[in-house]
Amino acid sequence: MSVTLMILGMCLITVVVKALVFVLGERLVLAPGIREALGFVPVTVLTAIIVPMILAPHGHGLELSPRNPQLVAALVAVAVCAVTRRQLLTIAVGLTVFFGWQFALSIAPWHAL
Amino acid sequence: MSTQSQTSTALSNFIAGSRDTIPMLVGAAPFGVIYGSLAAGSQMSAWQGQMMSLSVFAGSSQFIALGLAAGHAGILLILLATLIVNLRHMLYAASLLPHVAHLPARWRWSLGFLLTDETFAVMNRFYRQAHDPALGHWYFLGSGISMYLNWQLWTLIGLVFGVAFPHLQSLGLDFAMVATFIAIVVPQLGRRPYLAAALGAGGLSYVLKDYPYKLGLLAAIIGGVLIGVMLQRHARRSYRSSEAA
Repeated sequence: MSVTLMILGMCLITVVVKALVFVLGERLVLAPGIREALGFVPVTVLTAIIVPMILAPHGHGLELSPRNPQLVAALVAVAVCAVTRRQLLTIAVGLTVFFGWQFALSIAPWHAL
Repeated sequence: MSTQSQTSTALSNFIAGSRDTIPMLVGAAPFGVIYGSLAAGSQMSAWQGQMMSLSVFAGSSQFIALGLAAGHAGILLILLATLIVNLRHMLYAASLLPHVAHLPARWRWSLGFLLTDETFAVMNRFYRQAHDPALGHWYFLGSGISMYLNWQLWTLIGLVFGVAFPHLQSLGLDFAMVATFIAIVVPQLGRRPYLAAALGAGGLSYVLKDYPYKLGLLAAIIGGVLIGVMLQRHARRSYRSSEAA
């Protein structure tokens, strides 16, 4: 029930935020400062979400090591994207490195030690 | 681009809008599958996963809701996060407004609901090239509806997949979300204030990650935005003073 309520609330907020400018038209004036701040929202939100998932994938401490496949694959994905600027290629290479690295770690000889 | 036909109709604009959105449909597909399979593995039921795609229709909010709900965040925080993540649509809408302002209210509500990052990109290009802006709203509708149906389809496939393989999460499928977000963010980091804003938000988010209700995430976003705005203003000032010199 609370999940349904959450979804309805999200729906209401999303519809209003998305349609507000179209519906109110010129009556809604965004202050230049707000407009400037909104421009930074996408990059900050998405980065803030993924950085903890990359640096501490198990939710405990920092895992700055080649044994952290999230970290290795994320660095590769950032490099691929910075060089090629191609989204699908970035996602495909990132996932391949992630699963490949995870598999390699699981069969690495020192894993048994 | 093919040559414009002389008879530009509502239908031909609708079809052209859908057709020009095809690359975006392909790009959104894995996103939809990942969302669906994560939703199937979460505490929500499969029908609620589909209902969210049908009624919310905003990929990043849907992912964040899943992530926050899994972290036992409260409903208010999830709604607040939804609000923040969706604010960027106001910027998109403001830049498309001159082409939409004259339409009846039911059109403006519908096009607003159908507005996404992808459709904004398509419409932005369309109005710049301005083939036949008089019927541009049909082109907009075609782009929006094809994105909508596409999202429902891939959500459903993801849900079916996730129900069939309930242990998908342990494979680390959520890394697909990380890779997708990297692909969205990195191309926007060309200018220094944006790079600094992202690094600031990411660093703060890591440092504050153990705060309850994911409040650290909100603080990190606000901190990152402030860093970006300050650097941008600073850059503008020093540009002006070097002009004056």
